[in-house]
Amino acid sequence: MGHEETVYDALDHAHGGEGQWAFGTGFDDPLAGVDTTVPEGIDPADLGAYCLMLGDDALVLCQRLTQWVTNAPELEEEVALANCGLDLLGQARLLLARAGSVGVLGRSRTLATDPVPDEDALAYFRDPDEFRSSWLVAAPNGDFGQTVVRLLAASAWRLALFARLRESRDPVLAAIAAKGVPELTYHRDHAARWVLRLGDGTAESHRRAQAGVDTVWPLLADLFTATDVEARLAATGVAVDPAQLRDEVRGVLTLVLERATLTVPAWPAEQPSRGRAGEPGPELTALLADLQGLARAHPDAVW
Amino acid sequence: MSAPTLDRPAAPDEAALQAHFDAVIAAGHRIEPRDWMPEGYRQGLIRQIAQHAHSEIIGMQPEGDWLLAAPSLRRKAILLAKVQDEAGHGMYLYSAAETLGADRADLTDKLIERRQKYSSIFNYPTLTYADVGVIGWLVDGAAICNQVPLCRSSYGPYARAMIRVCKEESFHQRQGYELLMTMMAGSDAQRAMVADAVDRWWWPSLMMFGPPDDDSPNSAQSMRWGVKRHSNDELRQRFVDMTVPQAAVLGVTLPDPELALDPATGRYRFGPIDWSELKAVIAGNGPCNAERIARRRAARDDNAWVTEAATAYASKHAA
Repeated sequence: MGHEETVYDALDHAHGGEGQWAFGTGFDDPLAGVDTTVPEGIDPADLGAYCLMLGDDALVLCQRLTQWVTNAPELEEEVALANCGLDLLGQARLLLARAGSVGVLGRSRTLATDPVPDEDALAYFRDPDEFRSSWLVAAPNGDFGQTVVRLLAASAWRLALFARLRESRDPVLAAIAAKGVPELTYHRDHAARWVLRLGDGTAESHRRAQAGVDTVWPLLADLFTATDVEARLAATGVAVDPAQLRDEVRGVLTLVLERATLTVPAWPAEQPSRGRAGEPGPELTALLADLQGLARAHPDAVW
Repeated sequence: MSAPTLDRPAAPDEAALQAHFDAVIAAGHRIEPRDWMPEGYRQGLIRQIAQHAHSEIIGMQPEGDWLLAAPSLRRKAILLAKVQDEAGHGMYLYSAAETLGADRADLTDKLIERRQKYSSIFNYPTLTYADVGVIGWLVDGAAICNQVPLCRSSYGPYARAMIRVCKEESFHQRQGYELLMTMMAGSDAQRAMVADAVDRWWWPSLMMFGPPDDDSPNSAQSMRWGVKRHSNDELRQRFVDMTVPQAAVLGVTLPDPELALDPATGRYRFGPIDWSELKAVIAGNGPCNAERIARRRAARDDNAWVTEAATAYASKHAA
């Protein structure tokens, strides 16, 4: 039978040349072949710092979603949450590689050995106070209700931002945003569908979804006040002032919660972002210990 | 008319159906969900497909334990995609079982209550990141040897699911091997991890083909029905012959002093397998049996409220 023989033949060819075994695994340098020149008038240090904020958000939320894998309510949800995690991991890799390409590596480059790519130096060899992720993504998952409320809030914010960043003056950032928009649209809609089902499902699911909303809402305070880096980059058309995202994000969240028969809490008093200022909090520190432990134990290793 | 008795001969129409079924099997054609089939064929297939689906789902755990700690973002992406594929395989296979009248939730309950089995290989722990590579190379490699013939299973939905599963497994095996090649070219500590992982997984991988042919109670009927195509020992030999040269390329020593090429047959002879270990693991006494089942039980029980909510929402909004 043709198919059977073909598969066995392919397996058998391993000793003919190890090269083809690595063929097609394809997850190499995320910015391979891309012109990474920084356009005139953009401060590379600011651009890199901004890419770290957005890349760290994606990496940290990926890590949170991954915690559901093998623990999710249904197999379909294992696949869906892993899928959101993979999309965010892809975004993180591009953004960290972009930060590396403009020279924003800091101490991580001296801690990691030469063969470690920039994206890994940044992900694995920065300390918690060098991360710039928001407190919204670092917060623990809680139950499935809290998880989908947080995913809704985080993806509504990120989608509103990425839609605008498609016009960024940095063509690399614009391309990363354009790739992310359809992904984030799926994440937001997937989360919104669950918030509807849970809010308008049973009495228990309503209670749990409301508790999730009440836990997640104060964390929104961390997202809408521009840091100095964001303000400077927004003024030159590279970034977006997060305050401009507020009405859209608030509108989306309010619409979903009302349809889900959930009470919309008062909008939190916005304040300068603690996460973006390098105040990690114990939850991020624990998350990074899991992420980084193995890589740091073998700084001379190649994976 | 008297009450039916067990020894009553089959009604004439049933005999005709059986004859038709036998002819389809004999011609090497496929049985489809709406075709008549003997009850033993149906139940045997449900048992086999469910066990396979459970193995995919439980098999997410040993490697899944490294998802948060994968040592590079590239490796994390590869591993997350692989574990996601395994969930997908479980879904196709449960769907194939459902075409025979089984119900996924009921099969899951049977797994959790230990009334159905899964591959005993997943009851071993993953101690280092090299285990991720060795699972890809040896465990997925053995699974492919077992599964490729199932692409010709006489039951259509199973055969079609297996074609897709095998293609993806083959990709996973290459990724596992590529990880090991990279680690072998890395530091001394990495090479030591690979050697240790190969030592731990080699014999359990050989056990994946099941008991020896003279001690395999379900094999004969499965072969007659075209549900199984090659004997356990035949597939095990095929795997050894395929793997020994790969180990040489990798530069690792397989933990069997008796492993040697037989010049007369061109096949590798290997040492005796400790079947008492397989029996103990199947009986529930492997290192991780309790943990694996406990995780599935928690996923079902702790999230039951989510499924109930989805059902309630769907019925409210059905109109």
